[in-house]
Amino acid sequence: MALLEVDSVDVFYGRVRALQGVSIKVDEGEIVALIGSNGAGKTTTLRTISGLVRPARGAVRLAGKPIHTMGAEQIARMGIGHAPEGRRLFARMTVQENLDMGAYSRRDGAKIRHDFAWVYSLFPRLAERRRQLAGSLSGGEQQMVAIGRALMSRPRVLLLDEPSLGLAPILVDAIFDVIREINGEGTTILLIEQNALIALHTAARAYVLETGSVTLAGPASELLASADVQRAYLGM
Amino acid sequence: MSAATGSAVRGRRPAPRVRRRLRLGMSQGQFLGVLTAVFLILLLLMVVQDGAATAGNEVWRGLVLGAIYALIAVGYTLVYGIIELINFAHGDVFTMSAFYSVFLAGIPGVQEGFFKRFLGFDINHLASSGPGGLILALLIIFPIAMTLAGLTGVVIERVAYRRLRDAPRLAPLITAVGVSFLLEGIMFAFFVPPAPPGQPGLGTPGAAYPTGEDGWIPTTHVLLNIGGSHGVVIGANDTMVIVIALVAMFALAGFIRYSRTGKAMRASAQNRDAAQLCGININRTISATFFLGSALAAVGGVVYAMHYHTITWNQGYQFGLIAFTAAVLGGIGNIVGAGIGGFLIGLVEAFTVTLIPNGGSWALIVVFAVLILVLTLQPTGLLGMRVPDRA
Repeated sequence: MALLEVDSVDVFYGRVRALQGVSIKVDEGEIVALIGSNGAGKTTTLRTISGLVRPARGAVRLAGKPIHTMGAEQIARMGIGHAPEGRRLFARMTVQENLDMGAYSRRDGAKIRHDFAWVYSLFPRLAERRRQLAGSLSGGEQQMVAIGRALMSRPRVLLLDEPSLGLAPILVDAIFDVIREINGEGTTILLIEQNALIALHTAARAYVLETGSVTLAGPASELLASADVQRAYLGM
Repeated sequence: MSAATGSAVRGRRPAPRVRRRLRLGMSQGQFLGVLTAVFLILLLLMVVQDGAATAGNEVWRGLVLGAIYALIAVGYTLVYGIIELINFAHGDVFTMSAFYSVFLAGIPGVQEGFFKRFLGFDINHLASSGPGGLILALLIIFPIAMTLAGLTGVVIERVAYRRLRDAPRLAPLITAVGVSFLLEGIMFAFFVPPAPPGQPGLGTPGAAYPTGEDGWIPTTHVLLNIGGSHGVVIGANDTMVIVIALVAMFALAGFIRYSRTGKAMRASAQNRDAAQLCGININRTISATFFLGSALAAVGGVVYAMHYHTITWNQGYQFGLIAFTAAVLGGIGNIVGAGIGGFLIGLVEAFTVTLIPNGGSWALIVVFAVLILVLTLQPTGLLGMRVPDRA
């Protein structure tokens, strides 16, 4: 059974259909990428999984259990961590406080301290800036806080929305190194990425979204080799 | 909110991405400078015109009133910070909590309180038995009145505002005005003496509710007398109002800064989606915000009932607007700012009363002129957000 399953989901914004019959499966321990152009429905898919948007039809299941009827805060407690589009940090709180909010629903003090150390070891820059207000950080540092905050809930599935957006190329590589490291330590990851090349090189499998529907799916290596993907997303 | 308590960015390098705002006026530093200069000049004028003793007494009176404004202003700022609603009913929650305290304690020689009637325990007697008894009486009255007011606030949000949370801004605003009228109507029905026979109407409009000669706790003795018998008189009652207000506000600021719920409140205020993604229950957090804001207004209401001679059923309207001005002056959304703004508005009233002939009737005009000036010159107030909102 897939750890996370999006099953024929339709989503509407008012009368506009944003997703149509989207089905995605993520197995335990995998990195799965969602690629596609602007407005294809990638962010909506993630927001539907984490409960910020309600599907009109279809279901979202975590380890077989339907979660699409729950509130976003309940879903977060079920073990879905989401580093959302645009980072959405608590700008007037410090880095430390932002990470602290990530662990909001946890009560295991000792393990939380251990995870602080873990996140700071993944992102040493954040350790230096822990007392700085999140709103005053650079784009790359803010992205680190967003990922770190999502990790602080010790999620079973981590959703990453455009982790490379607006970052310098060298930072993009660094962030993706950390993403692989997080995955290597056992966290399942579903990520959205504009940069299809790096996404397909990081993920085991990928889905291609076009105007609200999945048009292609398969192992990342196959998609990399596919002529359609190369033309549309890799600029070849 | 109170992450901005110490407000400056504490890191080594300056904030790189502070958004430039289009401003008619000046920087926050300049604003503070101008404000300080104006206050000093007015103070000097007062001393020259009326002598140091009168000036001192008026300033002290202004601070006492300001303490009450500050306590109410905090509630405005808390609620605005989290749901961007100007809760017009807040001033009436303040009045209502003054009535709660009267209902609980009664008025010596006029009306039996809840404690006397149902528990056979005279809390007024305890309060006037000495300093220890007074503190004990306050420790009984304050938590109960604060809880009642807090629940009032929670119910108001649940019934009137929650469904409108995603509605266009105007809808909850108008609703808030409606709730304000509703609360005033309830207080009118319960606390205004019935109309004399033969006269139309339900009650005697404008009739004030007596809280006894000196409020429900007689504490008129003088604590400190600066400059002899014609000098500045610091009354025990006055001092108590200010001390209680400061304790309550610092306690609240600490709660917002360090407690789990307080952090959840700040997080929800800054980014509601992200707060939910962290597992924060937004509804519960907003309820907590209303509870705390209303409880602080209750601190103001109870000290008001202790300190002043009458409570009027519709006084919350005026107190609310003045306290709202204080919150805007301090920087809406900032708790420390609301506290400072309250005291400043109290001083503005003191200046008005002494410097303008027949100044009492000008007080409101001057306060609202201040509101308009702040909104045009410095919409972010004294301590409004200086850090970028977006991240």
